[in-house]
Amino acid sequence: MNNHPAQPDPALAVEVTGVSRVFTVRKGADVTALDNVSLTVAPGEFVSLIGPSGCGKSTLLRLIADLDTPTAGEIKVFGKAARQARIDQDYGIAFQQAGLLPWRTVAGNIELPLELHGTSRPVRRARAADLIALVGLSDFADKYPDQLSGGMQQRVAIARSLAESPSLLLMDEPFGALDEMTRERMQNELVRICAETRAAVVFVTHSIPEAVFLSDRVVVMSPRPGRIRDVLSVSLGDQAQRGENLREDESFFQGVSRVRELLHGEAPAGARGVETR
Amino acid sequence: MTHARRGQVRGRRILTGALGVAALAALWELYKLLGPAEGVVVGGITLLPRTSDLAMPHVWVMAARAFEPVTGASNAIPLWQAVLEGSLFTLGIAAVGWLAGVTVGLLLALLMQRFRLAESAVLPWIVLSQTVPLIALAPLVRRWGSQIQFGEFTWASWMSVALIASYLAFFPVAVGALRGLASPDANHVDLMHCYAVGWWKTLWRLRLPASIGYLLPALRLAAASAVIGTVVAEVSIGLRGGIGRLIVEYAGAAGGDPGKPWAPIFGSIAVGLVAAGFVALIGLFLRRFRRGEVAA
Repeated sequence: MNNHPAQPDPALAVEVTGVSRVFTVRKGADVTALDNVSLTVAPGEFVSLIGPSGCGKSTLLRLIADLDTPTAGEIKVFGKAARQARIDQDYGIAFQQAGLLPWRTVAGNIELPLELHGTSRPVRRARAADLIALVGLSDFADKYPDQLSGGMQQRVAIARSLAESPSLLLMDEPFGALDEMTRERMQNELVRICAETRAAVVFVTHSIPEAVFLSDRVVVMSPRPGRIRDVLSVSLGDQAQRGENLREDESFFQGVSRVRELLHGEAPAGARGVETR
Repeated sequence: MTHARRGQVRGRRILTGALGVAALAALWELYKLLGPAEGVVVGGITLLPRTSDLAMPHVWVMAARAFEPVTGASNAIPLWQAVLEGSLFTLGIAAVGWLAGVTVGLLLALLMQRFRLAESAVLPWIVLSQTVPLIALAPLVRRWGSQIQFGEFTWASWMSVALIASYLAFFPVAVGALRGLASPDANHVDLMHCYAVGWWKTLWRLRLPASIGYLLPALRLAAASAVIGTVVAEVSIGLRGGIGRLIVEYAGAAGGDPGKPWAPIFGSIAVGLVAAGFVALIGLFLRRFRRGEVAA
């Protein structure tokens, strides 16, 4: 994507080549979660994985994060094996559940990865304060997770994933548990944060507007076995310029209907609105 | 405002507690007043106790007896003082037993958490260990202990008692800590995996803090078990100086002095309360780790 300045690392952010993942179910047939999937993500690029449940989009994300290993195929992150990339802390990750440690304050939770990797206390403090400001929670730095709303908790989780300034963010339906209004606000913030940090993002979602609004490319997946059906370039302009009014834009609606058509099968373009259900 | 309210709540709780004790005393006296002198016996089985002064002394008799000397001897100390000394002695042994039991329990839980094989190999034995009756154990421990001697160190009888107390105390800690260490969400464990940190760091930053909510009730249970174990083992081993010995000793005097046996019984209750209070104090320091789960 030429929307973003070239990263110092010339390699691709993520390179997935012919990856399959077969789960062996006890006393039953194997389940193919992913079948021969290939995908690349350029540095600084925002890619969404979308598809119905069971299409393997979360499995793919977990494979990139090295939380799981592929049955076949190869995954490289910044030119390294996924395992090495994890050990080198090349990515930050956020899950659907914020997953904050309840006994740590907002600042303490954001500092956790830094603390685990031996960053000195003053540096940690300063970094956490910056990130708390970035996600707009400056008044809540000393609050505990149970004192925050779901949206606030998710913002803390995003700040935590950014703690070590990763060049790649992996996000597994991070806004899935939020209400629609909070969700749209969080999407606006994520677009802003991505523009500021210039990190590549792999974003799993099942919301079509969310995928179209956020992404440079939308990867549409189909279930049983999990495959990539199509990849759609959305390119609604530079991330820095995306804002609330983009949701009213004609190109946004076009993107949404194109993704929807891909998801629901190869409906002919002219037949939209008259399809029988 | 909130400060005053908190004080009010605490005051009410203390009042409720005192009322509970008073109600128990009142119930005792009420039954003694209304119950049949020979108790209620159905087919040779006593269902309700006799209400004679010998079987059920008045509450105030028990209280007054505590302030009289232990025996008729001129140099005898007051009964409450003898019971207090015995209580402190027992409390000390129970504390040693509790500490040993908690340490062993925690180590076993860590071992079982670390190695799945250890869990399936050790856990059944831990459960089985609690089915061995204390009475059978006490003489064995004493006999084995008397053979231990290296250098300056010789095994004392009180150590046998502490060992038996720890034998009861380790069980709830091992089981509770194991559950606690396994309690973090898959999410949190995944996160630690993403951070590429090892088992020890995961233990220290995630598993141990997460286990506190399970550990505190286990510690309280262990404290109660340690006290009971100490009192019973004092009797079985025949160790002098503790509350267990006093209970047996004073029970012999019940015929002529019905108020006397009750003093060490209250003493043992006090020891249990102090032990439970100590664990509550620990819980106060670990408050941070007991916050409600993240409502996400």
